[in-house]
Amino acid sequence: MTVRVGNAAQAPDFPEAAKKQLANAQMRRNVRHATDVIRAKRNRVAAEMPDWEALRESARQIKAHTLRHLDTYLEQFEKACTAAGGRVHWAKDADEANAIIAAIINSHGEKEVIKIKTMTSDEIRLNPALEAEGITPFETDLADLIVQLGNDQPSHIVVPALHRNKTEIRKLFLEKMKLETLGDQPEDLTEAARRYLREKFLRVKIGIGGANFAIAETGSVCIVESEGNGRMCLTLPQVFISLVGIEKIIPEFSDLEVFLQLLPRSATGERMNPYNSIWTGISPNDGPKEFHVVLLDNGRSEILADEKTRQTLQCIRCAACLNVCPVYRQTGGHAYGSIYSGPIGAIVTPQLQSMQHSQSLPYASSLCGACYEACPVKINIPEVLIELRGKVVAAGDAPASEKIAMKTASFALSSSRRLATAQKFVRIAQWPLVHDGTISKLPGFLGAWSETRNMRSAPAESFRQWWKRRRKEQHS
Amino acid sequence: MTTSRTEILEKIRRSLGVAPEQREQNGLTEDRITEDRIAKDYGTIAREYQHSGKLDPQSRLELFSERLRDYGTSVHRCSNQQLSSTIAQVLAARHIHRILIPPGISGPWLAASDIEFVPANNGLTYAEMDKMEGVLTACTAAIALTGTIFLRHSATEGTRALTLIPDYHLCVVFENQVLETVPEAIRYMEPFSTLPLTTISGPSATSDIEMTRIKGVHGPRTLDVVLIQD
Ligand code: SF4
Repeated sequence: MTVRVGNAAQAPDFPEAAKKQLANAQMRRNVRHATDVIRAKRNRVAAEMPDWEALRESARQIKAHTLRHLDTYLEQFEKACTAAGGRVHWAKDADEANAIIAAIINSHGEKEVIKIKTMTSDEIRLNPALEAEGITPFETDLADLIVQLGNDQPSHIVVPALHRNKTEIRKLFLEKMKLETLGDQPEDLTEAARRYLREKFLRVKIGIGGANFAIAETGSVCIVESEGNGRMCLTLPQVFISLVGIEKIIPEFSDLEVFLQLLPRSATGERMNPYNSIWTGISPNDGPKEFHVVLLDNGRSEILADEKTRQTLQCIRCAACLNVCPVYRQTGGHAYGSIYSGPIGAIVTPQLQSMQHSQSLPYASSLCGACYEACPVKINIPEVLIELRGKVVAAGDAPASEKIAMKTASFALSSSRRLATAQKFVRIAQWPLVHDGTISKLPGFLGAWSETRNMRSAPAESFRQWWKRRRKEQHS
Repeated sequence: MTTSRTEILEKIRRSLGVAPEQREQNGLTEDRITEDRIAKDYGTIAREYQHSGKLDPQSRLELFSERLRDYGTSVHRCSNQQLSSTIAQVLAARHIHRILIPPGISGPWLAASDIEFVPANNGLTYAEMDKMEGVLTACTAAIALTGTIFLRHSATEGTRALTLIPDYHLCVVFENQVLETVPEAIRYMEPFSTLPLTTISGPSATSDIEMTRIKGVHGPRTLDVVLIQD
């Protein structure tokens, strides 16, 4: 199997990786601080919207509808984009996408590209693939730049460098940007990045980015950002390439009215992010002369097959689920061994790899349900996690999974003081399995256990009581 | 040879249970799902969210100004007659003496005598824009609830690069361009949906370093708005 999700196939199991991360006190402090800040802002701006729940429900339905008819919408997108002067490519997997992108760059004889933050390019390991061709990619998002210069891994979907503090960043910039002096305030570091990248924006001839939304009706691509590096990359170069996962399609331009309300409030806690760019093919006298879209499958069409877990593809990568997750907040992003971390990472990473790798990730959760409540497109992550645990068990890894589950959950839960809301979890997570107040059979690690005990349905005892009892029984 | 395109589309159809060999089994009678049926399905999507605004015009402008100030954008309100003098004052306060203008701006906007207005003609390079202190433009629409300005890059709004490269942007918004909600603005922009569009909500910003919000990264570090009301 070729690369599906970065280096996830080689990553250690979650419990092992988590243990290592838990020892890193600074990382934990940073994660706690960052997630606290975003969460507080997000809660404030979500609460001021009286129609927040209606927006979430519409977003869910729009995405579910699009996925049900994805073949037609992709063809529609291709037609509209092509008619507007864009060129649409289809890539089955990471290797093919990397080859297409490298070929476009090589056809112009260019050796450098500027990049807008795109998780999808990390998924397919585009940077190493380009470097192998002698092409230098420059990340232009500030956090991605920090990650790239430090030869590091992103640890959060929206703020990928949250594990680095300003002293580390200053040291990194001094060395890599070859600066004589540099202040240590965030303002100084931002100014240094501005100067370092400005020259590249004005000089480099090819830009690469992803897409937050690709509109079937018009063939347009929409990029949502804050720093203006996105606008630079998609406006100034001669050639622009969008790498677009096939699940990024939305049917109509007007559907943006839903997503452009939910995404900024969920992702950064802003009423609107500083910049959105929407463009369609090529425009005379404005922007690139050549525009390519690479539609990427890389396991997504397979995820569509299961109606229960298909909702994974509704994700708009806002990271709200990370910020509220008690497990993510303890371990940080690196423990997930994937560029997709937190609750969404726990469900998308193994599925993108046909459930052949990262099987411990569906257990990296306490199933407290906070992610579901925060998710702007209402992905029922606990439901998907349970479903995936069932698949891991069915694949014959049951004893291993049981062990993984115990290790994972015990560290995540034993010290967590945030479990008051977790009592809701069992109700959310188990409802499909409850018959007459008794849970007959549970998938995953709960399954192995419920087969040997006639487990009472959860609402009868609190989660913590249940967990304590469970742990005692495990030890006896 | 099957192309990746065919292969991907076939895989999707199989996953969705609408591939030719699955149709009978899944009770599908049509040759393929028709666009009509998809349109009908699309029409059933619940849209219970708020579409239009409820505020009176005065409160709407107040809200717009307040939301812009939240982003660190200063708002200067004036009448049509005061436009050129207001532009002059705002620029003077920012110590800007030369400013780029898109080709479609002319006449009364440019009456201020102590400012040099430099038309951004087609030959202007990005490097030349980079040397300029700022840019003055109009806009297409604005959203009060989110403090957002919508550009469609018409002759009075300039190309995308023009409002991006210079470090300062002064944008003139007319009261009748200010809508209350995001859905109102998106519907208003629909006729322009295939033009390059940019929304701007305050100056560029980042919170990537220790979650400290810094105003001004690569886009203009300062955004001022003149809001015209008669
Ligand atoms: S799963 Fe939902 S909350 Fe998590 S990143 Fe995706 S859209 Fe956001």
